[in-house]
Amino acid sequence: MNAPVLAVSNLAKHYRRGGQPFPAVDDVSFSIGPAETLALAGPSGSGKSTIARLVLRLIEPDVGRVEFEGADFLALSGAALRARRARFQMVFQDPLSAFNPRATVARVLDDPLRIHGLASRTERPRRIAALLERVGLEAGLAVRAIHEISGGQRQRVAIARAIATRPSLIVLDEAVSALDVSVRGQILKLLLDLQRQERIAYLFISHDLGVIRAVAHRVVILDAGRIAESGEARAVIANPQSAIGKALVAATPRLNRTRP
Amino acid sequence: MSRLWRFFRTPEAIAGALILALLVAMAVAAPLIFPGDPQAIAGPALLPPFQDWSLPLGTDRLGRDVTAELFHGARTSLAVGLAAAAAALFIGAVVGTLAGFAGGLVDEVLMRVTDAFQTVPSFLLALAFVSIVGPSLGVVVGAIALGAWTGPARVARAEVLSIRERDYVAGARVIGMYPLEIAFREVLPNALPPVLALSSVIVAAAILTEAALSFLGLGDPNRVTWGGMIAEGRAVLRTAPFLSIVPGIALVLTVLGVYLAGEGVVESSAVRRSLS
Repeated sequence: MNAPVLAVSNLAKHYRRGGQPFPAVDDVSFSIGPAETLALAGPSGSGKSTIARLVLRLIEPDVGRVEFEGADFLALSGAALRARRARFQMVFQDPLSAFNPRATVARVLDDPLRIHGLASRTERPRRIAALLERVGLEAGLAVRAIHEISGGQRQRVAIARAIATRPSLIVLDEAVSALDVSVRGQILKLLLDLQRQERIAYLFISHDLGVIRAVAHRVVILDAGRIAESGEARAVIANPQSAIGKALVAATPRLNRTRP
Repeated sequence: MSRLWRFFRTPEAIAGALILALLVAMAVAAPLIFPGDPQAIAGPALLPPFQDWSLPLGTDRLGRDVTAELFHGARTSLAVGLAAAAAALFIGAVVGTLAGFAGGLVDEVLMRVTDAFQTVPSFLLALAFVSIVGPSLGVVVGAIALGAWTGPARVARAEVLSIRERDYVAGARVIGMYPLEIAFREVLPNALPPVLALSSVIVAAAILTEAALSFLGLGDPNRVTWGGMIAEGRAVLRTAPFLSIVPGIALVLTVLGVYLAGEGVVESSAVRRSLS
C-alpha cells in the first residue's frame, strides 16, 4: 500500500568541462514514500541541487527514470507536464531570488491558484489569506511587495506558494540554509507540521547534518555525483560508513557532543 | 518623488527638460496660436525675420508664415520621434525576449533576421520603404522603426539570457506557468530598464531621420516638417538663409534636448542603483 511518491532510478547527467565530459550526477537511484522526508546530503558540487532540478525537469537528464505518483514523469510534456507540476513543488534556497522582484505577496500566491484553476477570481483573495494564515503569517501581508518583507516571512510565503496546489511532494533545496538560526527552527517546525497534517513528502536537500537529523527519516549521502551511502538518518549520522559521510559528520562539531 | 528631484539635480537634465518642455508647449499650442492652415499664404514672399511683428520670423518663398510652420513642425517632429521610438522599443523588446527566452532555432532565426536588418543602413532602409509604400505619417513612423528596432532587440536578448537562469523563472516553471506567460510577465518587465535607456538615442535619431526624409521630399506632403522647411529654403540659401537656419536651429535644439534629458534619466537611475 505504501507505493512511493517518487521513484528515481539510474539517473545521470553529464556536463562538459574543458572539452571533457564530467558526471554531475551518475547512476543515482532512490525513492520517497508518502509523508516521508528523504534528505540528500553532501559537500558543495556533489550534485544535490542538480538532482533536484533533474527530478523536477528544470533540466533534462541524460539517462534514468523518474516515476512520480506511479507515472513516468519524464514522458510528460506540454500541458500534461504543467498540470502534473501542481502535485510536485519546490522551495528554493534564497527566498529573495526565488520571486520576481516586481511581485507582491498576493501575486506570488495568486499565480498557482489561477494557473491550475483552483479558485475563481473572486474566491482567490480569500484563499490567499487562508494560505498566509496556514504558514503563520498575517493576511494583511498580501498587499506588500516581496522585497519589503523579511527573509523568514519570504520563506514562509515560498512555502505557502508550494502548498497552494496541494502537492504530494515538495523539493526543499537548502530551504533553510539562508535563514538565521532562530528563524530556521520556526520554519523547520512549520514544515514538520505541514507534513503531519497534509501528508506531504519532502526531498530535503542540505549540507547541514544537524538539520537533517532533526527532520529527515532517511538520508542519501552524495559524493561527486554518486551515492556514497544511504540509510535511516539517525543511524547513518551516528555511524557513517563512507569516507565522505565521516568527513561530513566531523565537519558538524555539535554532533560529536554526546547528549546526557 | 525623490527620483524626480534627483533627476533635476544635474544641469544637463534641467536644460534638457526645459528644451523638451518648450517643444511640447509649442506642439500643444500650435493649433491655438496659429489656428489656420500653416501652409496658407500669410504675407509678402521672403519677408526677413523681425521686420513685421505679426510675422516675427518672416515668410518663405510663397509668403507662408515661418513661425506658424515652425510651431506646426514641432508637432510632426515630436509625434514621429515618439511614435517611431515606441514602435522600435516594442518590436525590439518582443523579438529580443522571444529569442533569448526560447533559445535554439528560434533564437538563431530571429537574431539572423536582426543581423540582416543591421547590415542595411537604416536610412537607406527607411528611404526605400517610403519610396515604395508612399509618404504618409504612419509610413514614415514605420520606416524609421524598421531601422531602429535592432538595438533594443539585442539589448533585450542579452538581458533575458541572464534573467532566464534566475530562480524565479525556475519557480514559475515549477508552478506550471505557460512559457509565453513566463517570457512576457516574469522575464520581459525585468529586462526592460537597459532597453528603455536606449529610448533617448532612438527618439533623437528618429527626429533626425524624419527631417532627412522630409528634406528629400519623402515626408508627409500634407504636414509641415522642419526637414521640409530646410529643403524649401535651400533654393534661396544665399538670399534668404534664415529659411534654412531657423528650422535647423529648432532641429538641433530638439535633438540636444532629448539627449540631455535622456542622460539625466540614466544618471538619476544610476545613482539610485548605487545607493541601494
